[in-house]
Amino acid sequence: MTRILATLPILIALMVGGFFLWGLNPDRDPNAIPSVLISQQVPEFDLAPVAGVNIPGLARADLTGNPGPVVVNVFASWCVPCRAEHAVLTRMVERNSVRLMGINYKDKPEDALAWLDELGNPYERIGSDLNGRAGIEWGISGVPETFIVSGAGTVLYRYVGPVVGPEAEAEFSTALAEARAAKAPRT
Amino acid sequence: MIPEIGQFALALALMIAVVQSILPILGAAHGNLLWMRSARASSVAQFVFIGIAFLALMRSFIVSDFTVVNVVENSHSLKPMLYKVAGTWGSHEGSLLLWVLILATFGAGVALLGSNIPDALKARTLSVQAWISTGFLSFLILTSNPFERVFPPPLDGNDLNPLLQDVGLAMHPPLLYFGYVGFSIVFSFAVAALIEGRVDAAWARWVRPWTLAAWMSLTAGIALGSWWAYYELGWGGWWFWDPVENVSFMPWLLGTALLHSAIVTEKRDAFKSWTILLAILTFSLSLLGTFIVRSGLLTSVHAFAVDPERGLYILGLLGVSIGGSLGLYAWRAPAMEGGGLFAPISREAGLLVNNLLLGAATGTVLFGTLYPLFMEAVVGTKISVGPPFFNAAFIPMMLPLVVVMGFGPFLSWKRADLKGIFQRLRFVAVLAGLSGLAVWYLTEGGPVLAYLSVAIAVWLLLATLREWTTRIRLFEVPFGDAMRRARNMPRSSHGMTLAHAGLAVAMLGFIGSSAWKSEEIVFVQPGAEIAIAGFDVRFDGVERVQGPNYVADRGTLTVTRDEEPVTILFPERRFYPVAQSSTTESAIRSTLAGDLYASLAEPASEDTAASGAWTLRILYEPLVNFIWIGAAMLVLGGGLSLSDRRLRVGVPRRAITPAAQATPAE
Repeated sequence: MTRILATLPILIALMVGGFFLWGLNPDRDPNAIPSVLISQQVPEFDLAPVAGVNIPGLARADLTGNPGPVVVNVFASWCVPCRAEHAVLTRMVERNSVRLMGINYKDKPEDALAWLDELGNPYERIGSDLNGRAGIEWGISGVPETFIVSGAGTVLYRYVGPVVGPEAEAEFSTALAEARAAKAPRT
Repeated sequence: MIPEIGQFALALALMIAVVQSILPILGAAHGNLLWMRSARASSVAQFVFIGIAFLALMRSFIVSDFTVVNVVENSHSLKPMLYKVAGTWGSHEGSLLLWVLILATFGAGVALLGSNIPDALKARTLSVQAWISTGFLSFLILTSNPFERVFPPPLDGNDLNPLLQDVGLAMHPPLLYFGYVGFSIVFSFAVAALIEGRVDAAWARWVRPWTLAAWMSLTAGIALGSWWAYYELGWGGWWFWDPVENVSFMPWLLGTALLHSAIVTEKRDAFKSWTILLAILTFSLSLLGTFIVRSGLLTSVHAFAVDPERGLYILGLLGVSIGGSLGLYAWRAPAMEGGGLFAPISREAGLLVNNLLLGAATGTVLFGTLYPLFMEAVVGTKISVGPPFFNAAFIPMMLPLVVVMGFGPFLSWKRADLKGIFQRLRFVAVLAGLSGLAVWYLTEGGPVLAYLSVAIAVWLLLATLREWTTRIRLFEVPFGDAMRRARNMPRSSHGMTLAHAGLAVAMLGFIGSSAWKSEEIVFVQPGAEIAIAGFDVRFDGVERVQGPNYVADRGTLTVTRDEEPVTILFPERRFYPVAQSSTTESAIRSTLAGDLYASLAEPASEDTAASGAWTLRILYEPLVNFIWIGAAMLVLGGGLSLSDRRLRVGVPRRAITPAAQATPAE
């Protein structure tokens, strides 16, 4: 009996050690926290349009009952990486006929308007999230962030940070292709 | 030239460590006294050479020698001198060098001060210590060389992370490592005892002062770290259950258990194999902490920059040291006979409860810390375990422990008279209950657990004081006699009283600042007024201030209470251009009753900065300073015990004549 008890610590230690060995895999990134929304329905939110921009606002209802997946992008005029990302998104809309929705996060309407005038407007709808409430509902950790939402309104994918550069774009395009290929979206 | 000398000294220290790993232990096996005693010279030589290496690195930092990669990455010519020095251990490489320096310090300490330890045990202990030393020195030289050169040298360095440019944090790693690594000696003693196959009261007596010294240092280190988090991070929180905090807390919990179980081993010759196991596990957890912080295994705000190769090397070290020692334990421990028997109500039983609860608490923290890793490996889902789990699992274990702590010192060895103790403590229990009710009456709501905890903390404080007054027979004999008794008591018993009372005091701080904290987070323009906890705070705006290596936005807050001026607070937000990062410097008005705490957060968005609107966080945390006062009492209590003549590291062994009254628990 004592022998069994005395052997217990080493057995536990070896088991934990095995987990450590697994955890040291260099491809693993413990800091990549996935969105809790993945495979959940989009959160409840209803945003007015940005004042002065002549496209409608964005609400949960606009993200359910679409024929195919849509992309939701959280952006702000004061966010520098968003500027670089804007070109990528525009290209996606023009060449890959992506349907793009925007959430304008904690941004003054006049600034957002000036920004869109300068860079062009690839968005189909933009909701103005002045107080950041919708941002909280979506669980964003900063701007920009981009989500892929299935036609039925299920969040399929989240990309944190700007979708800029070959790696990021490839990853995003793959996710988008998968989303489009998915026959009946799981809800 | 100087960095090369440091490099060379490290290599020499490694050579010496290799020799010391083999020669003394062989000598102990063959009874060769000369070989055994070689450990003395080699321990001191290791200390000297690692010391030279450390000073060489420190000098490179002081003179900002940018031909050394480590200095480039962690220093800057404009940095204040204190942080240049602290930068020495501000990186993975430098802190590891500090680690081995402290390791060698303890080794040399045992070699020089342990004159009363039998030659064979000492030789084995120092050999085991040299195994650890060899492992870490080779790790340092092979994967994390602090003296790497760069050519051509850059014009200036990248600066130390601004968050670390702080007096509290400059002192935090040395203290913490002193604690972590201090347990290495205890570990070496335990492994040596396993190799010898003998543990007795004398062994426990040699081990206890080292345990206590390490424990004190760890206590101070953790308290300092939590104090730093409190005023530097700007949230007003002092404990986040972050993995890196947890890995320093686990050795503390288990070290506390070890401190108490070693008493039983010394006084009653019981709990032997348990004490040995605790000694091994406490240091194992220290190693685990080193591993987790430097391997990038878990996500944490404090972890060092990492590369997997290093993680693998440390994991190998862990495998050899922890696996080897526990394997040895599995093989040898069953042969160890338990000592004296004891009744279910006795001091031994009380200390057993202490050990079980502390062990279970350590296990809980370990499980919670590693659970995300387990989940990810087995199920593939990523989760993070946060304060709700730890609070729900940890606090209910601690409260019974504190209850037992109250009457533990009243228990006598072997068999205690429970009825007599209850009679003595009746009054204390009633007072504690009343204090809980009084707090309930005075506050406007709060969790039930908080009132219960207040009562338990007061119980511990009063019971501890009651035990002390009983011991010196205060109020029973003339005051002068009582004071004379107090002077004649062993210091270690006063140390226990002080430390136990310190825990009670710290508990009041934990409870007050978490259950009755008021917090206001507001978006302010100059002239805005905020009312919090009876204070009125007026925000007078923000001005630009130039620091030595930063630019700060300094806010001005005028605090009044019932129209009477109280104080002016200047919370700052500092921007460090070199490191391209910002820090929050909170402004705190500290009183015993509580802290009024203000910090400025960055403007909510770029363009609000122009309009002068800031996010201001104002907190009132009742009793929060009791945490640090309690921690200081814990450390001082440990120091008092350590200064006890009978615990002194170097004195020859002598028989102890127990005091006429109760034997004090130390």
